Amino acid sequence: MSRIAAAFTDAGADGRLVIAPYVALGYPDMPTSVALARAYVDAGANMLELGVPFSDPIADGPTIQRATQRALAEGATLTGCIEAAATIRASTDAPLVLMGYANPFLQWGYEDLARDLRDAGVDGLIVPDLLPDDNEELALACSAHGLDVIPLVAPTTPSDRIGRVAERGSGFLYCVSLTGVTGRRQDLQTGLAAFLQRVGESAALPRAVGFGISTPAHVRALCGQAEAAIMASALIDIFDAAPPSKAVARAAAQVEAMADAAACR
Amino acid sequence: MTTTADTHTPDAAGYFGTWGGRYVPETLVPALVELEDAFMRLRDDSAFQTELERLLHHYAGRPTPIYEARRLHEELGGARIWLKREDLAHTGAHKINNALGQALLAVRSGKRRVIAETGAGQHGVATATVCAMFGLECVVYMGEEDVHRQALNVVRMRMLGAEVVPVTSGSQTLKDAINEALRDWVTHVESTFYLFGSATGPHPYPLIVREFQKVIGIESRAQMLEQTGRLPDTVIACVNGGSNAIGIFHSFVGDPVGLVGVEAGGTGPAQTAATLEAGSPGILHGAISYLLQDEDGQIAPTHSIAAGLDYPGVGPEHAYLRDAGRASYVSVTDEQALEALQTLARFEGIIPALESAHAMAHAIELAPTLPGDALILVNLSGRGDKDMDTVVSALGAAG
Repeated sequence: MSRIAAAFTDAGADGRLVIAPYVALGYPDMPTSVALARAYVDAGANMLELGVPFSDPIADGPTIQRATQRALAEGATLTGCIEAAATIRASTDAPLVLMGYANPFLQWGYEDLARDLRDAGVDGLIVPDLLPDDNEELALACSAHGLDVIPLVAPTTPSDRIGRVAERGSGFLYCVSLTGVTGRRQDLQTGLAAFLQRVGESAALPRAVGFGISTPAHVRALCGQAEAAIMASALIDIFDAAPPSKAVARAAAQVEAMADAAACR
Repeated sequence: MTTTADTHTPDAAGYFGTWGGRYVPETLVPALVELEDAFMRLRDDSAFQTELERLLHHYAGRPTPIYEARRLHEELGGARIWLKREDLAHTGAHKINNALGQALLAVRSGKRRVIAETGAGQHGVATATVCAMFGLECVVYMGEEDVHRQALNVVRMRMLGAEVVPVTSGSQTLKDAINEALRDWVTHVESTFYLFGSATGPHPYPLIVREFQKVIGIESRAQMLEQTGRLPDTVIACVNGGSNAIGIFHSFVGDPVGLVGVEAGGTGPAQTAATLEAGSPGILHGAISYLLQDEDGQIAPTHSIAAGLDYPGVGPEHAYLRDAGRASYVSVTDEQALEALQTLARFEGIIPALESAHAMAHAIELAPTLPGDALILVNLSGRGDKDMDTVVSALGAAG
């Protein structure tokens, strides 16, 4: 069983959600982002989403835009991100999912990418601007190397398309919680429960909910409606608001609080 | 992906050959499918076409004339040069053709909020104009750097009732304006029509923009036959996203006519926006095409004196025409474009936009090398009023 499948199986057996925080690799610098990833696992994260910076992140709001632009300014590259993933892999068995926009992956070459990610101990790939309709070459390469390509669905996705999208991917289904870009939100989007129910009826893959998941209360609200919660911008905002010497611990404390909420007790 | 049999229609997945496609977040897919369906339905709808033709004629001032640049010919020798006068269309550029077509689509689709990106401001002005005329809410995203260098167009857009949002991320030019417009669209997709200005972006935009711009080629082909008795030997247009070029090329693709796209070469290879000349295949803003990028796949900074040519991508149909050997692409520097702008002003009394001055610069270079019975048709895509500040400071800097 893959690490991703095992994480969902274990969480399901305990009646809890998989907690999957996002780390912007290279922000504020590569060593700190690696330390942050490790701290998140220690705080109870069951899976890590590792963000690869891109110059034109069209699905991201101001927080992740700023973090990834800073990472690029600090010299982050895909080479550096893959090395960071391998470093993180050396200290944890948690599934690692790389998330990034299509062009840097295309330039690396999909076949080489799949092999290099597998060698680094990465388990899956999320590419928000590469639809299953256009990703055949990447999907074949990843499948050959045992990597999951995680498909995304959104509240605007019709039910019949949800089924088709899910069939073209594996691992889990990334459910974008809202119509919009990434970023911290006060409340979950109205209609989220109905959307997640529609996804559950249309697809067999476990549902991971991301975009706007900002507080332990948001996580608790997903109990019984999804199988995983992904949090990103809210953690970066907490990291940024803290004094540098305490930033990693503060962000990890939020992951711990969200992991508690994910127990669904 | 499958390949398309001809240059006229992308395949069902939106590819011209291997270029184009739909590389967008999932949230936008239903909106793009809906747009494609609406466009396919309405382009065969006679009421829609009649309304569009009425507006193009009575509102935009079409057909625009072709004009022979005789004094320029006397000066240069060689081929005779004809200009397709898109600068005479309402709002001063070809952008109005597409803006009218897409705004009619928006109205027919029941969307009352329109967003657009703009570089030079010409597409923003055209969009603000048609939104005022149709009574639609209009938001235009424009890079902060372009807000400064095209200040006149910002005033025009605001006068027309549009909200102009300066974009301060990234390079603060057209690329970043498109990023921000896409983010707006992802957020307000149910209520909002994205009136895309260039022949690039996700399918069906490259097709839609070409179809609304092909009137340039249809008119000028008939006008050349009528006024010169034959087709031109060469058609020249400036290219970045490439809407004016694809608009004039389209009607000549099946003819024995040379098609030349002129990219912005900036100050030279280190500071350029010549994507087909200096770029490589990549994915940006919804399409796979040529891009200016670094070896890590990050989009590279561009430079052109013409804000409307300062984008690191190119429309997928141009990539296809280049690969197929049907069109060729050259580049012209800032300096050559400035020189051509002044030449046309002094010999013909026409001040072209800096974008169109790139096409003129190549025509001026090419004409003397051709025989006296050769005909060149240049798409004079816009007028230069908006560029006077830029031209004055560039000439001042040059001494």
